[in-house]
Amino acid sequence: MSMFDSAGIEGRARRFGSDVSTDYIISSRRKKETIDTDVLKKHIFEDIDPGFFGTLKPNDIIVAGANFGCGSAMEIAVTVLLSAGIRVVVAEGFARTFLRNAFNNGLVALTADVGAVAEGELINLSGLNTGNATVRRAGEREIVCEAIPVFMLDILKKGGLVPYMKANKRFIE
Amino acid sequence: MSGQTIAEKILSRAAAKQVRAGDVVVCQPDLAMATDGSFPMAIDYLAQMEPDSMKPAYPEKIVLALDHYDKSSGPKALALQDRARAYAKEFGLVLYDTGEGVGHQLMLESGRILPGMLIVGADSHATTYSALNCFSTGIGSSDLAGILLCGSMWLRVPETVKVVFEGTLGDGVSGKDVALLLAKLFDGGKANYLALEFHGGALDRLGMEDRIVISNMAVEYGAKSAIFPFDEISVAWAPSGGGRAVRPDADARYSRLVTIDLGQVVPQIARPHSVGNVLPFDEVENIRVDTVYIGTCTAGRYEDFLNVFNIVKRNGGLSPHVRLVLTPASLAVQKKLEAEGILDQFARYGAVLQPPGCGSCCGTAGYRPGDGEVVVSTANRNFKGRMGNANSAIYLASPETCASIACSGYMAKAGAA
Repeated sequence: MSMFDSAGIEGRARRFGSDVSTDYIISSRRKKETIDTDVLKKHIFEDIDPGFFGTLKPNDIIVAGANFGCGSAMEIAVTVLLSAGIRVVVAEGFARTFLRNAFNNGLVALTADVGAVAEGELINLSGLNTGNATVRRAGEREIVCEAIPVFMLDILKKGGLVPYMKANKRFIE
Repeated sequence: MSGQTIAEKILSRAAAKQVRAGDVVVCQPDLAMATDGSFPMAIDYLAQMEPDSMKPAYPEKIVLALDHYDKSSGPKALALQDRARAYAKEFGLVLYDTGEGVGHQLMLESGRILPGMLIVGADSHATTYSALNCFSTGIGSSDLAGILLCGSMWLRVPETVKVVFEGTLGDGVSGKDVALLLAKLFDGGKANYLALEFHGGALDRLGMEDRIVISNMAVEYGAKSAIFPFDEISVAWAPSGGGRAVRPDADARYSRLVTIDLGQVVPQIARPHSVGNVLPFDEVENIRVDTVYIGTCTAGRYEDFLNVFNIVKRNGGLSPHVRLVLTPASLAVQKKLEAEGILDQFARYGAVLQPPGCGSCCGTAGYRPGDGEVVVSTANRNFKGRMGNANSAIYLASPETCASIACSGYMAKAGAA
């Protein structure tokens, strides 16, 4: 099941508040020991939600408030989420470095007014193939996400900057 | 069609076409820096993008600063650092090795930064260079790998907030207090994706040290860059005369206008655990302080230590229960302080000196607070666990305020506790 299929994906919302820094996603003190995300993934969010990794299920979707990924630009904050099996973050807003790193690594980062979505709620995400995604909730009105610019959608669909550059060796405008 | 902001002008040059806020464009940075914290991952990305050759397209544009890790960081961190160093040596990058200082400070000292440049850094505090009329911003390791491969990157051209400074900073108030006030004003990433552009009569009286702190900390509230004009004050930091000052067009379009009277700014403190959690110093709860930390890319320059020293001297020394930790931002800063005997006198007051680097600020090397410890620091971040211990509390303040607290031993001005 690809996220870019018209059916989209369905998963549990895992709620976080606003201003979740990259240090909270993965602490710098862990990162200095290794950059192997298969090791680091066990420690995601440990300073604000100890044991979070153990509660993850396939297709879980991070749903957060404003300014997700603020602070350090460390890219491992994105790749560690991918290693943990998280493929989508929907937030009311992102810090720009996190958003960059997300697109460059094929992590879907969507901006939308998701304040009402609850922890554990089952949500459906579709429309990613066109860059115009919506979040569907049982018995609630659907939430329209901010459109993803074509250039960035292209990188995202290729799976990030590595496959993009491997194929093109340069940027195609 | 309206005119262009400084950001639009610099990015137009770097993209070799006219660009406007909102455009996503491919541009060529003039300089790209990375650290031992970000470069090892960039090498991994590059190896995946181009398995046949690791050769960078423009080695002369790449600066690597080994500033995050040192011997105290452990063998694994040092192995990562060794990989970064080996790559830099093999391909002739500009290399700053362990102990030389914080990369951002070394970039500022190097004279490489010229007005009008597009500079990126695989480190969020790369916004620092925009104090010298550059568009400078933080990128990730994969971005840097792309730059190594082809010399280019993608950027969304930001809208710009016009920030007008009026008045004059009062005694004991510095750029750090303005930076903290802006962090409060734009708390919660309200400047996300936006560039700031500074204007106003106060700029004639705002020194480079103050400007550098303001540009450095702009990333804390999400700004992409925080650009000062190039003038008589900045010329001393770009003495080669290279580059070209960039001014906005008179009819440039701004998304927001903010006016700040610097004369009204009082000393500020950011409380745990977020940078925007700011109160005026005299409204902060008067708790006992264990450690005062002076250093980082936010402070850690010669003037900062001189100011701290003068305050400590005036108060006859440190509070007996306070540990004062000093980390010069560069070896040049350290040597100047040494040559003037200031470090010796600091040592006599009981201060602890660390080699230049980023370590303590992000918990990767050097001094680390213990459980329950209260730290007041000149740094830019106070997230929980930021200095390497989630059970400590970090407050942020200016060097002057930090010095006063170091003498009183409490969250209060020296002599007032």
